[in-house]
Amino acid sequence: MAEAVSAKTPSLSEQYHLENEVKQVKEDPSDENTSEETPDDITLKTAPADFRFPTTNQTRHCFTRYIEYHRCVAAKGDDAPECDKFAKFYRSLCPSEWVDRWNEQRENGTFPGPL
Amino acid sequence: MIVLKWLFLTISPCDAAEPWQLGFQDAATPIMQGIIDLHHDIFFFLILILVFVLWILVRALWHFHYKENAIPQRIVHGTTIEILWTIFPSLILMFIAIPSFALLYSMDEVVVDPAITIKAIGHQWYWTYEYSDYNSSDEQSLTFDSYMIPEEDLELGQLRLLEVDNRVVVPAKTHLRIIVTSADVLHSWAVPSLGVKCDAVPGRLNQISILVQREGVYYGQCSEICGTNHAFMPIVVEAVSRKDYGSWVSNQLIPQTGEA
Repeated sequence: MAEAVSAKTPSLSEQYHLENEVKQVKEDPSDENTSEETPDDITLKTAPADFRFPTTNQTRHCFTRYIEYHRCVAAKGDDAPECDKFAKFYRSLCPSEWVDRWNEQRENGTFPGPL
Repeated sequence: MIVLKWLFLTISPCDAAEPWQLGFQDAATPIMQGIIDLHHDIFFFLILILVFVLWILVRALWHFHYKENAIPQRIVHGTTIEILWTIFPSLILMFIAIPSFALLYSMDEVVVDPAITIKAIGHQWYWTYEYSDYNSSDEQSLTFDSYMIPEEDLELGQLRLLEVDNRVVVPAKTHLRIIVTSADVLHSWAVPSLGVKCDAVPGRLNQISILVQREGVYYGQCSEICGTNHAFMPIVVEAVSRKDYGSWVSNQLIPQTGEA
């Protein structure tokens, strides 16, 4: 049963046409700061574990990171590089639907948080 | 040794439900391996107790025959034996509790910072996966839906009710953080081989940490009743080498940045 699966279903390379496109990827310029372009040395970064939120429920963690980013931006301006890391954190943790909803609420002035 | 390992693991790792399966699926994470080991430890004591109790029961039934034993005994007290049959099970329970609590608390420990965060969002009746570590703005960069492949579209060798169109690709031997939530009703993200089952609650983000130890494809199913197609929203995790994961992410991201 398992052998049939591995023989018949396409491998990752086939399913995603990696063999053709890996070369193409190397020629294209890197577009993301944290994307991995050197094949041997891939660095993967994400929001670190926050000891303020040690339990399974990370809802407040996501919310706190979002608020921290907007407070940072309010204090230091829109393009401050220090605020970028908060932005990465909340984007990693929070579902995009939540982020969109909160952005709308901020625009309407109905955001329920201490910005 | 390596040859033996290669033979053993490539012949048939059981990472999906098998018909008439009795035991666990093969472990792919330290958590699942811990669960299986604990199960074996407890099962040993369980069999000892079961045989003992059955023996006593059968023996009593066999000898308690109205012709063989016409006059029953009228024992009502037996302090020594009562003490023994209280202390002895407590000791057994203690022996069971020690590895059990060890596993329970080790599962909760957050020792290492994860390398990747993947969000699994349950909908009726499919999963959406977001890999948002690569965003440079609030727009979603790597998000896709994962629908079950219906039976009529299955190819030969694929698993019924388990295959999906877009699998969750993760790098093996890397600490992952999976955040599970729901967009509508309760669901549950479960993959037995990885020893993972986490409820997807709307308005709540549940975090689980896993480390997939070997490359492979792991199947699971939604584990919280969520409506008419609850049985038809499976989960498939494909663990690949880090390099392949990097290529996969780059390939997913490129078309979107090309448009932007």
